[in-house]
Amino acid sequence: MISHTDIAYLARLSRLAMSDADLAVFMPQLQQILAYIEQLRALDTTGIEPTAHVLPLRNVTRADDVGASLPQAAALQSAPQVGDGFFCVPAVIE
Amino acid sequence: MAQYEAVIGLEVHVQLNTATKLFCRCRNHFGDPPNTNVCPVCLGLPGALPVVNQAAVAHAVKTGLLLNCTIAAFSKFDRKHYFYPDLPKAYQISQYDLPVCRAGWLEILLNEQPRRIGITRVHMEEDAGKLMHDEGGGGSVVDLNRTGTPLLEIVSEPELHSPDAAYAYLTTLKQLISYLGVSDCNMEEGSLRCDANVSVRPVGVTTLGTKVEIKNMNSFKGVHKALSYEIERQTKAVSAGQAIVQETRLFDTVQEKTVSMRSKEEAHDYRYFPDPDLAPMTFSAAQVEAVRATLPELPRARKERFAAQFALSDYDATLLTSERAMAEYFEATVQAGASGKAAANWIANNLLTALNAAHLTLAQCRITPAQLADMIALVESNAISSTNAKNDVFPVMFATGASPQAIVDEKGLRQVSDTTQIDAWVRAALEQNPAVMAALTSGKAKAAGTLVGAVMRLSQGKANPALVNARIAELTRAYLPPPPEPA
Amino acid sequence: METVADFLAALRRGTLSARAAVDLALQRIAAADPALQAFLAVRADEARAQAARIDEQRAQGQDVGPLAGLPFGVKDVICERDHECTCCSKILKGYRPPYNATVIERLRAAGAIPIGRLNMDEFAMGSSTEHSAFQQTRNPWDTTCIPGGSSGGSAAAVAARMVPMTLGSDTGGSIRQPAALCGVTGLKPTYGRVSRYGLVAYASSLDQIGPLALSAEDVALVLPHLAGHDPQDTTSAALPVPDYCAGLSGDIRGLRVGVPKEYFVAGLDPEVRHAVQAAIARLSALGARVEEVSLPHTEYAIATYYVVATAEASSNLARYDGIHYGARAADTRNLLEVYTHTRRQFFGDEVIRRIMLGTYVLSAGYYDAYYLKALQVRTLIKRDFDAAFENVDVLVTPTSPTPAFKLGARTADPLQMYLADIFTVSVNLAGIPGLSIPCGFSEKGLPIGLQLLAKPFDEATLLKVGHAYQCATDYHTRRPANCTDLFDEETKE
Ligand SMILES: [Mg+2]
Ligand SMILES: [Zn+2]
Repeated sequence: MISHTDIAYLARLSRLAMSDADLAVFMPQLQQILAYIEQLRALDTTGIEPTAHVLPLRNVTRADDVGASLPQAAALQSAPQVGDGFFCVPAVIE
Repeated sequence: MAQYEAVIGLEVHVQLNTATKLFCRCRNHFGDPPNTNVCPVCLGLPGALPVVNQAAVAHAVKTGLLLNCTIAAFSKFDRKHYFYPDLPKAYQISQYDLPVCRAGWLEILLNEQPRRIGITRVHMEEDAGKLMHDEGGGGSVVDLNRTGTPLLEIVSEPELHSPDAAYAYLTTLKQLISYLGVSDCNMEEGSLRCDANVSVRPVGVTTLGTKVEIKNMNSFKGVHKALSYEIERQTKAVSAGQAIVQETRLFDTVQEKTVSMRSKEEAHDYRYFPDPDLAPMTFSAAQVEAVRATLPELPRARKERFAAQFALSDYDATLLTSERAMAEYFEATVQAGASGKAAANWIANNLLTALNAAHLTLAQCRITPAQLADMIALVESNAISSTNAKNDVFPVMFATGASPQAIVDEKGLRQVSDTTQIDAWVRAALEQNPAVMAALTSGKAKAAGTLVGAVMRLSQGKANPALVNARIAELTRAYLPPPPEPA
Repeated sequence: METVADFLAALRRGTLSARAAVDLALQRIAAADPALQAFLAVRADEARAQAARIDEQRAQGQDVGPLAGLPFGVKDVICERDHECTCCSKILKGYRPPYNATVIERLRAAGAIPIGRLNMDEFAMGSSTEHSAFQQTRNPWDTTCIPGGSSGGSAAAVAARMVPMTLGSDTGGSIRQPAALCGVTGLKPTYGRVSRYGLVAYASSLDQIGPLALSAEDVALVLPHLAGHDPQDTTSAALPVPDYCAGLSGDIRGLRVGVPKEYFVAGLDPEVRHAVQAAIARLSALGARVEEVSLPHTEYAIATYYVVATAEASSNLARYDGIHYGARAADTRNLLEVYTHTRRQFFGDEVIRRIMLGTYVLSAGYYDAYYLKALQVRTLIKRDFDAAFENVDVLVTPTSPTPAFKLGARTADPLQMYLADIFTVSVNLAGIPGLSIPCGFSEKGLPIGLQLLAKPFDEATLLKVGHAYQCATDYHTRRPANCTDLFDEETKE
């Protein structure tokens, strides 16, 4: 069963600022959904191939030909903060 | 005190030199204004979908074969998740459990001895963009031109035990991959990047010690220095009974030491899963063999062939096969009629010197192999002297790309091998040098040698030197005293 | 003048200009939408200008395309160049894609005119359109009820006759369920039939774009202009697209119809059961051979779906982080806060639930137990369909276990909301095509939908059966009560 620690970890991993109050709301909901999903465990799937893609497509590639790129203004048109042709972000300290 | 040995594994990222990016048709090119080689796909815009570049796959398979890997019958792309401003989708398309190539080896020379270093895997992935830090502290900026550049990640087994071995591994790897022509492997420009995993253990122990990852090494020498520092640091710590902390350390290129990143970042949980936007890849044995047939002859085989076929010294054969372009230039020169020995001498002694002095690569060289062969033929047929070739013809060919014949004709350098003319010059030289004549008559035969320079001056360098020597010997014999009668 | 067939016939005859077609749609939107809230944005000027160009070109004798002048609405999850595309999420407020989705390119090339953006559940996650961050679309048959979801705006707009055709997207039933609940015809094509390029991804291995319209015939008219291979979508199939209209004979004698017994179990609303059984009897009366079949892994479909879909969603939605486009939280102190505050502030709760669930099933230690397991069960579900289609041409089921429910009735219970998808999610897991058509009404006058399923790439059979049924019934021609007056006025003109 998913714990408070687990859910706080998930929030960190998925970059969601969750207060303890938030977690208190989401935790029982996730617990309920996961309990429902648990029914899959009852099914024996030994030796069953997983299906990640439904179509049997293989080796779909393209030629190494240059196509059009976007103008810089179009590339940046919806960015929250830009400057000198770059996307701007708060200082990344390493 | 116990002896310690280092255990090093290298992860090398190589940028492939395809025309376009791995999953979109933007140019794979550097140095353009920021965010101009971008499209909905490499910007990670909602709704855009990746399509695999066929050439990048072909490069990966070739590289795998070069490194003696098994090419996967079935391979797929996976998503690797982490948040960073240079990664616009917040996942990198990479390969997790089914890389294109597995289980190969690379032979390196260590203390003249060949050694095989295991290659764990070679996988394909896309590069991230560039994040630049504002020195003023205002913030950071992102350029996504590099985003989506095709990379190969080549992971070695932890089978390197010294900085020298790591250095040899990297130089050999670089030489081979450059030979394939799939990357220019320039570490300074970032087209080859290397991370190292290092641990130490007492000699004789077979388990691995706690490993430290080192990043930010931007030259092969830097790798050597970083490893030397780190091995010493770990050895001291372990000898003093301290535990090694598993961590990532950065190489400080100024202080030449590794420093802990001390990052608070949590353990990585990349949540790999198969990319649903990309169909898996399959490689049949027949396809793999077809690719193998296109592999170029590799440096070592080529060197051995050159040495045998053209009777070259080990030094010359090694030099001429160190780069694929040079080996091909050499062979083309021979193909155009030059002898192997002469072609090797001219390329090793004159061409490379000139290229280095002019900071040019062989690709930028204006002398074609055929022209070089023509010039060698002029020397060997005595049409020009080798001195003229070296001092008057070759530099003009190098500078202008003109044919040697044209230069010889224009400068009137054609060598004189006419005995009558040479005899006239020899006599004139004798008359101008009474001291030599006196020496000769007093029995000093060696004095004749000093006439060579005078004859060459009189001929403006065009006299055939071999013939000059022969004629001087012949014509000065008359002045020498008769040999003593046998007793 | 409400169906695609009506519009195209009049446009081709010249009795309706493209300009008049657009004006008609704009008038109907102006009249009906204030109460229904299906449209997020209507682009009157641009649509009129495109219509005027088409009329001009037609007057000059130029080829204006097979759908020239047909107005249509676009679910807010499909990209149109330079037009705001939010997926009804605050996190994409103000986002203008610099490119068109392939379906938009194709429909425009055929002469169809996009007229506005349609409401939906945020990022297509929901079954009621109550998860839109911007507005609440209402069911045209009863405005106190939900229109279904996530393509609720697309279904309501067609049901209220605002536009003859809309585009929706279907990941677990998001076209078929709102089509059923609003009494219209909606097709989820085979996975790979229609390009996903430009469809903002929810769950990439399940998502498909499809049309909603008033009849199977209308769907058949439009589908060829959506379908077909797209080199920009690796998962689109390089198969020929048939002439769907040519198959609409009305004759289904000898057709083998399967009725999966697992779809008629407890929890199925009695009125829905009755309507669907009547529809099956009708198909039988039309000459189809009906037999019971079994899809034994049906009970695992919802659990499988919510693992696969949320895993992919957690990945697809990671990119909304306030850096390259869309909203960014204010007052953040560092990069980490830009990420965490932006995502917490601008994602709705349902999206957050699914991201957390998807992150969980992919995280270290849980991948095999949840994600890999779900992919294996997906194989079993797909095999069930493969086996069934060895013996039958189509399967017939209810689309939704209940008619439309009241606004707010299920929002407090996410799992209960998920169970509304019980008859639709298997279809996406198996990648097969599904068509929902109206097959009756509840006592309260709410529409009931019939779901038809076929083997991969056999949309033609679905449309053929749907058309035959619609030739014999009039459920698809009935209008919601509050629409009637307005359109009677028009028809008098
Ligand atoms: Mg890597
Ligand atoms: Zn691109």
